[in-house]
Amino acid sequence: MLDGVATTDQRTDGQGGARARVIDINGLSLTFETRDGPVFALSDVNLVVEQGEFVSFIGPSGCGKTTLLRVVADLETGTAGRVLVNGVPPDQARRERQYGYVFQAPALYPWRTVERNVMLPLEIMGFSGEERRERARRNLALVNLAGFERKYPWQLSGGMQQRVSIARALSFDPHLLFMDEPFGALDEIVRDKLNEQLLQLWRHTRKTVLFVTHSIPEAVFLSTRIVVMSPRPGRIIDVIDCNLPAERTLELRETPEFLALAQRVRDGLRAGHSYDD
Amino acid sequence: MTTEALPARPSARLPSLPARILSSGPVAIAAVVLAILVGWYAMIVPMNAGLPSMPKEGSYAELTRAAWSLERPVLPAPHAVVAELWRSTVETRMTSPRSLVFHGWVTLSSTLLGFALGVALGIVLAIGIVSVKALEKSLLPWIIASQTIPILAVAPIIIVVLGSIGLTGLVPKAIISMYLCFFPVTIGMVKGFTSPDSMQLDLMRTYSASGLQTFAKLRWPASVPFLFASLKVAVSISLVGAIVGELPTGAQAGLGARLLSGSYYGQTLQIWAALFAAAILASLLVLAVTLAEKVTLRLMGGRP
Repeated sequence: MLDGVATTDQRTDGQGGARARVIDINGLSLTFETRDGPVFALSDVNLVVEQGEFVSFIGPSGCGKTTLLRVVADLETGTAGRVLVNGVPPDQARRERQYGYVFQAPALYPWRTVERNVMLPLEIMGFSGEERRERARRNLALVNLAGFERKYPWQLSGGMQQRVSIARALSFDPHLLFMDEPFGALDEIVRDKLNEQLLQLWRHTRKTVLFVTHSIPEAVFLSTRIVVMSPRPGRIIDVIDCNLPAERTLELRETPEFLALAQRVRDGLRAGHSYDD
Repeated sequence: MTTEALPARPSARLPSLPARILSSGPVAIAAVVLAILVGWYAMIVPMNAGLPSMPKEGSYAELTRAAWSLERPVLPAPHAVVAELWRSTVETRMTSPRSLVFHGWVTLSSTLLGFALGVALGIVLAIGIVSVKALEKSLLPWIIASQTIPILAVAPIIIVVLGSIGLTGLVPKAIISMYLCFFPVTIGMVKGFTSPDSMQLDLMRTYSASGLQTFAKLRWPASVPFLFASLKVAVSISLVGAIVGELPTGAQAGLGARLLSGSYYGQTLQIWAALFAAAILASLLVLAVTLAEKVTLRLMGGRP
C-alpha cells in the first residue's frame, strides 16, 4: 500500500512521470537488546522517497522516527530488512557523502568561528582554501547570515546557531538533507520564521529532505508528504500526501485545506496511540 | 525608567561589613599571611629554647632577642629568612655558587626539560589509550602503579641506570621530573580526548571523516581546556621531581643540592631560603601556565 502511494506521482511539478527513488526502505526492523529485554525501535518499515520530495516524519517520542533517520544515515544499523540510498546501502552512501545531517542541537564547534564551522566538512573532504571560503560565504548568505562569518557560536542566538548548522550541512552540496528535529529547541516565533526560510531554501535548492518533527503544523506546512509513526514497536501507520500549493506563507495555516490536513495527521497520531493503550 | 525609586530587594541586602572586607580578595590573602606570620613568630622562642646557645631564663623580650640573633636556629624568624633570600639573590653575583638565582636556574632548566618530556609522554600515552581499546586495559594499571612507588626510591635507580649508559647531569634529573609529571597529563588528556559528545562525533561520521581527521579537528581542540588544567598540576610536580632528582646525585648545584648541603651543615637559614625560592619558582611557573591558558582559550574563541 505504501509503495502504491510512493510510485503514484501525485505531486505535480511540471515534469510528471516517475522520478528517481532516492530512498528505498523495505521491511526494515531494528531491535535494541537491552538488559530489560529487546526494544523494538522499528518494525517492518516500508517507504520510498523520490527525488525532490520533502518528507516529514511525525509521531510521539519513542516512535522510532529519529532512529529511522539514523539508519538511513548509517548512524545505526537495522537488524532486518533492506535500505537503499540512491541504489546503494547506507554505509556506502555515507562514504560517498551523499547527505548532509542537521541534528537536534546545532553541534557547532565552539573554538571555530561561524565561517570555519561551515568550512569544517569542506576541510575534511579536501576542498581548496579558495573554494572553502567561497562556499562558506554562499551558504551563510543562503541562511541569511552574511556578515556573521567572524563571530563565534556563543555570540549567536539559538536560532542563528541552528541556521549555521544548516549552512554547514549544505556547504558540500549533498543532494539529500536529513534534519532531526532541527527547530525542536527553539521558541514558536523563531521556529515559524525558520520554517519559512527552510521552505524557500528547499524550493531554491530542490534537495530531497527527510525531516523529523513532533510539531503537526510544522510538518503540514513544510512537507510534500507526511509519514505518521507510532511507538512500541516503532512503525509507520499512515502516509499523508500534502498537496498544498508550492508558494506557502504562514497565513496558509489558517486555510481549511491546511486545517483538514493537520486534522488528518492528528487523527493518525491518535489512532496509533489508542492502539498502544 | 525609575529603577532608582524601586525599594531594594530583600535578597540583595548586603552582608555585614567585616564579612564584606574579609571576602575581598587582597584583604583575605593578607589576613591569611598575617595569621601565618603571627603564628610563626610566636613559635620562635619555644622552638629554639632547647639550643645550648639560648639563655635558660630571662624575660620574653630577652629570649626573643636571643632567638632572633641565633646563627643556626631550629626555626629562624621570617624576617631572617627574607634577609637571607635577599642576600643570596640580589646581593650575590648570579654566577656564584652562593647565589640562589644560580641554583634556581639549574633546577629550572631540569624542571622545564622534564616538564616538556613529561607533557609529551603524557599526551602520547593518552592518545594510545583513547585510540587502542586494548591499551586502556594493559597500560593504565602500569601508569597508576608507577605513581604509587615513592619517587625517592626510584630516583637513585634512574640515576645509576642512566649513568651507566653515559647520561649524567641535566638529563637524569629531567627524567625523574618527567616520571612524576606525565601522570596528570595522561589522565587529563584521556578525559579531554573523550570529552566530545556523541552528536559531535556523529557529525564527523556523517562527513565520513577518518580517525585522524576526527582527532585533529575534534578531539584535540576539545581537549585543550583539559590540557591546561593538567599542565598546572604537572608544572609544579615537575619542579618537585627536579628537586628530588638533585638529592641522590650528590649534585653541587640546584635548589635540591642547596637544601641538602644546608641540612648537612645545619644551615637552617639556607634551607628555608631555598624552600622559599622553590615555592616562588613554583608559583611563577603556575602563573606562566595560567597566562598561556588565558591567551590560548581567548584565541580559541572563549568568552572574555
